[in-house]
Amino acid sequence: MRVLGLSRATRVLVQGITGREGSFHAKLMLEYGTRIVAGVTPGKGGSSVHGVPVYDSVCEAQEGAGPIEASVIFVPAASAPDAIYEAVDCGVRLAVVITEGIPLHEELRAVRYARSRGVTVVGPNTPGVIVPGEIKLGIMPGDYFAPGRVAVISRSGTLTYEVAWSLSRAGLGVSFALGIGGDPITGVDFAEAYELALRDEATEALVVVGEIGGDAEERFAEIYERSARKLPAVALVAGASAPPERRMGHAGAIIYMGRGDYASKVGALSRAGIRVARRVSEIPSMVAELLGGQAKFKS
Amino acid sequence: MRLLEHVAKDILRRHGIRVPEGRVATSPEEAAEFARRHGRVVLKAQVPVGGRGLAGGVLFANSPDEAAALLARILGTRIRGYAVRKVLVEEAIQVAREFYISLTVDRSERSYLFLASDMGGVEIEELARRHPERILKIRVDPFEGYRRHVGRRIAKFLGLARDSWEAVDSIASAMYRIMLDVGAELVEVNPLALAADGSLVALDAKILVDDNSLPRDSELAKASREAYSEAELEAMDAGFSYVELEGDVGIVGNGAGLTMATLDLVKAYGGEPADFLDIGGGASSERVERAVRLLLANPRVKAILINIFGGITRCDEVARGIARALEGGARKPIVVRMVGTNEEEGRKLLESAGIAAFRDAEEAARRVVEIVRGGL
Repeated sequence: MRVLGLSRATRVLVQGITGREGSFHAKLMLEYGTRIVAGVTPGKGGSSVHGVPVYDSVCEAQEGAGPIEASVIFVPAASAPDAIYEAVDCGVRLAVVITEGIPLHEELRAVRYARSRGVTVVGPNTPGVIVPGEIKLGIMPGDYFAPGRVAVISRSGTLTYEVAWSLSRAGLGVSFALGIGGDPITGVDFAEAYELALRDEATEALVVVGEIGGDAEERFAEIYERSARKLPAVALVAGASAPPERRMGHAGAIIYMGRGDYASKVGALSRAGIRVARRVSEIPSMVAELLGGQAKFKS
Repeated sequence: MRLLEHVAKDILRRHGIRVPEGRVATSPEEAAEFARRHGRVVLKAQVPVGGRGLAGGVLFANSPDEAAALLARILGTRIRGYAVRKVLVEEAIQVAREFYISLTVDRSERSYLFLASDMGGVEIEELARRHPERILKIRVDPFEGYRRHVGRRIAKFLGLARDSWEAVDSIASAMYRIMLDVGAELVEVNPLALAADGSLVALDAKILVDDNSLPRDSELAKASREAYSEAELEAMDAGFSYVELEGDVGIVGNGAGLTMATLDLVKAYGGEPADFLDIGGGASSERVERAVRLLLANPRVKAILINIFGGITRCDEVARGIARALEGGARKPIVVRMVGTNEEEGRKLLESAGIAAFRDAEEAARRVVEIVRGGL
């Protein structure tokens, strides 16, 4: 079984499919092999995008093209919370929310609501989830993710691609990559993503890509330390140079009340027995070492 | 982003929380005039950072003349890197006790959290380190909202008499309303003072607003622009994330995590970042040009490092933007690392502009620091 039960057969919906982002990435996902069975844009029901039928609502999409197991949400920030509620209420079990810019308190309530109904939310403000060679739910460039043994869970976008590329070039490859997102509120957090990695049959090691702000890395370190079964893990934390109380691009990347700074995260991760890389290039060799030097290095 | 104190206090006041009588002054005459009416006053530099007191940004004046002199002294100086353009002049209040109270988003619990302490006036991070037992934590469910028992529990923990409980409830519930009205991630009053007359007054206020919650042309958005520098405002209006720092290596990246990691790399090689600038995904050449021009115009910047990992972002678009920014004179050394979509085309365009692009980010970071250190 692969992470989140995902496979080539997973039936996927794209919410916001007629918009610029939704349409562009739906095409790339289809090219990757993702089985997009429907799209939703309220008011555009009856049309089609790249051959995918569009419905006015998620419930109608379920009726017309269901069962829909996962939705990738490209809806603009102002309407994204509503799109999340709709996905939940219409029986979608996994919502990957690509959207950046959702107002904090609306985001908090929508994610909380989804989770209380047993729906897995990935993101918001995430590049998505990819199981290389199987399925892509999101916007990451598939070329940099060779199928392999290492799970990458991350708060970042392009930094995730850098890490995936370095693992791919080293012959270790990526079992799956999951972006928990750059916002203060996330659905799946690092601790939960770790549980997912433990249950993924292809994953033998883990790379965590964190950032300053919040306590997701510290919470993960706690869970990791207490878990009976441990995956070999390496972490990279971006933002050692961040000043307090300034948002470093991501809504979640802000240090305040003396919490969430680089030292706090690296300290917690190290104490839990997780190796901390200082730069991307260190990661493959650190992972290989933890795997008993079984990596074949490609230059 | 962090609101200036006077803006935050205005919000508190409008929500029914008592703040000292005060006015924003930008001239010695204004400060003197206020002091004439209120006696002993305190002058507070309006900059969006903490530690103002230690930096000489909080001063007491006992006469109008002294108020005028102190205002002239503070205005126009820099506190922790920020220019003091406004000074808040307030009546100095007789304080019996000082408390701490804040409301924040508890991210991992996905709910809200009140913190309260009877040791006000100390930074919360220090308090948490030295006296965690003196901090009360109360969680508020986002679907249920604030309940009056929360205010009672806080009041009792602070050791306040029964006749102050309603005032505490009123302040706590107001903070909750502020958090939602304004779209804040933190609302902090430190210290909340018990004045000699028995009333509770917010002597300082900090509000961290969620940028995603701020409608662009709202009153609050306009007021909050005061906390930014010219360059930061320009970047905001152009739609990229930009934080001004104190070093001399200009930095541009595509993606917040990548850009933060680039700053970290530069520091690792002994350089000092002048900024954080994220051009975001799929940037057009116009956007890139604007970003590069912004850094070229910064007198502190001696060289610029541009780190691009192109997924959706096209390397040729980025290269075009860089080349155009260099046309028309202003020239500083630019080091580019470029990998990804349309990489070859981007590389060729940069060559024509006299830039040999790196593929390795570490080499590029090392190079830019070399240039700045060695004046090469």
